[in-house]
Amino acid sequence: MTGETTIHGPSSVMELERFMNRSSKGNIKIGSKSRSQKAVRGLIIGLLAITIYAFVTFDYQGIDFAEAVMETLHNIRTVFLEPELSRDTISGVLYQLLVTFCLGTLSTVIGAVLAFFCSLLCASNIAHPLSVRIVKSLVAIARAVPTVLWVLIFAVSAGLGSVAAVMGLTFHSFAYLTKAYAESIEEMDPGVIEALKANGASYWQIICQAVVPTTITSMVAWTFMRFEINFANAVAMGAAAGAGGIGFNLYMAGSFYFDLREMGILTYIVVIAVILLEMVSTRIKAKVK
Amino acid sequence: MEQTMDIFKRRKMTYTAVFLVFIAVFAGASYVADFRVVDGILSFPAAISWIASNLIPDQAALERLPNILDKLLETALVSVAVTVVAAIFAFFFSLLGSNITKIHFAVKRIVRIIAAFFRNVPDVVWAMLLMFSFGQNILTGFFALFFTTFGLLTRAFIETVDEVSSDCVEALEATGANLIQMVFQGIIPSSLPGIITWVLYMIETNIRSSTLIGVLTATGIGYLFDLYYKRLDFASASLVVLSIVVLVLVIETISNKLREVIL
Repeated sequence: MTGETTIHGPSSVMELERFMNRSSKGNIKIGSKSRSQKAVRGLIIGLLAITIYAFVTFDYQGIDFAEAVMETLHNIRTVFLEPELSRDTISGVLYQLLVTFCLGTLSTVIGAVLAFFCSLLCASNIAHPLSVRIVKSLVAIARAVPTVLWVLIFAVSAGLGSVAAVMGLTFHSFAYLTKAYAESIEEMDPGVIEALKANGASYWQIICQAVVPTTITSMVAWTFMRFEINFANAVAMGAAAGAGGIGFNLYMAGSFYFDLREMGILTYIVVIAVILLEMVSTRIKAKVK
Repeated sequence: MEQTMDIFKRRKMTYTAVFLVFIAVFAGASYVADFRVVDGILSFPAAISWIASNLIPDQAALERLPNILDKLLETALVSVAVTVVAAIFAFFFSLLGSNITKIHFAVKRIVRIIAAFFRNVPDVVWAMLLMFSFGQNILTGFFALFFTTFGLLTRAFIETVDEVSSDCVEALEATGANLIQMVFQGIIPSSLPGIITWVLYMIETNIRSSTLIGVLTATGIGYLFDLYYKRLDFASASLVVLSIVVLVLVIETISNKLREVIL
């Protein structure tokens, strides 16, 4: 029985012709663009078009570009090649670094605790659909507000300082971690929860014996990732919102005393701290796994 | 039976230990940062009630809407332009730093160090540095964001390229393809979805960062917020916040839709 695989005469070729895609030159197209490939192409073209439009419409205020670039390069050289501490002492700066570190820690810890309970309310496999919807949209709005605006908003009621900084930083990391935790919980194997439910486990037993043990790895990874972001944000908040820590020293050196050399030292200290944090966090992530 | 009891007991002990460590870290950090927990807790309802009573746009604020939207559009355009330009540079740079293109290991090292440098120097430092030479110009924010975005995307792209395309590069290598063919036929097609996800994420992030840099360098939407905020014109400031929230949510929705189609 070979009849199934043989092609019968010219009429079948004509049949096939209907299914062929031909290019304008008459060549047969051997691949067809899928929906996702079309979307990718559309997106790339769209982004490039927006970029070109942006460069055309920017108001450059008649800046002398070449001169500004040369000056920038000169300043970069001063900052990074001739760092020198003139106003602060090294121990003072390191203490400010510790303050920034603590601001980052506090906002991560508070944010993580709040986010854990909130994620229980908005993970679609363990929470009520209504609460999933409400909490997820509230969190999305909180996440959309830039951290600096949260800090400045809190500064009105709490005054500029560590309280406003921590609360502002916490708000954004709370919103970010809630989403991340909820996604880790949603990725859980539904059988585990079902099995515990069938055994008559209570809600908190399910959380403590199933949800936490299975998601703890990704939660720890997310929390450390957030901690790195929070440290960087704490530096930025010191500079932009006067929230204390090494960021404030940077701001004073850069925008008040115009002391590029001091900025250099402070930058190097921040960079080294961030790289150390990155190394520690990679270690911990590897260990937890 | 004893075995299972043991697991529960150990779990309980772990939870208690983690809880105690949390408390200790919290107390230590609060002490150093001079953070008073009571003030923190009290500031929350105070801030919420302040938001509810002051951060409401009024008629006068609505008259400033065209101005706000103008700056908002500028901020959105800057974020997209920065991300696209940085992504183009970062892609070619990441090929040099990737394991699978097998370029000389010293080049790889140098690329990774440069990326780490640009990623870790805070954007506020770039912003202040550029303020000296570019002044209160749109390019100040552009380049400040560009440097950090470039560093971040280079690292992300190196990881994406390494993760995704090793199989197809091996296959192409076996057929005798050269480096350029490998890049265009193997690496780009297979890592494109990952790259696009990163680019969309960076556009979102850059809108928030450009607000921060705007506050610092007096440009864009961040400047507008700072201006109204310092004039105590909170109604207008709230309109700025709302417009940023709407913009970020719109971009988030669009990129989620795109991600669904692409991945």
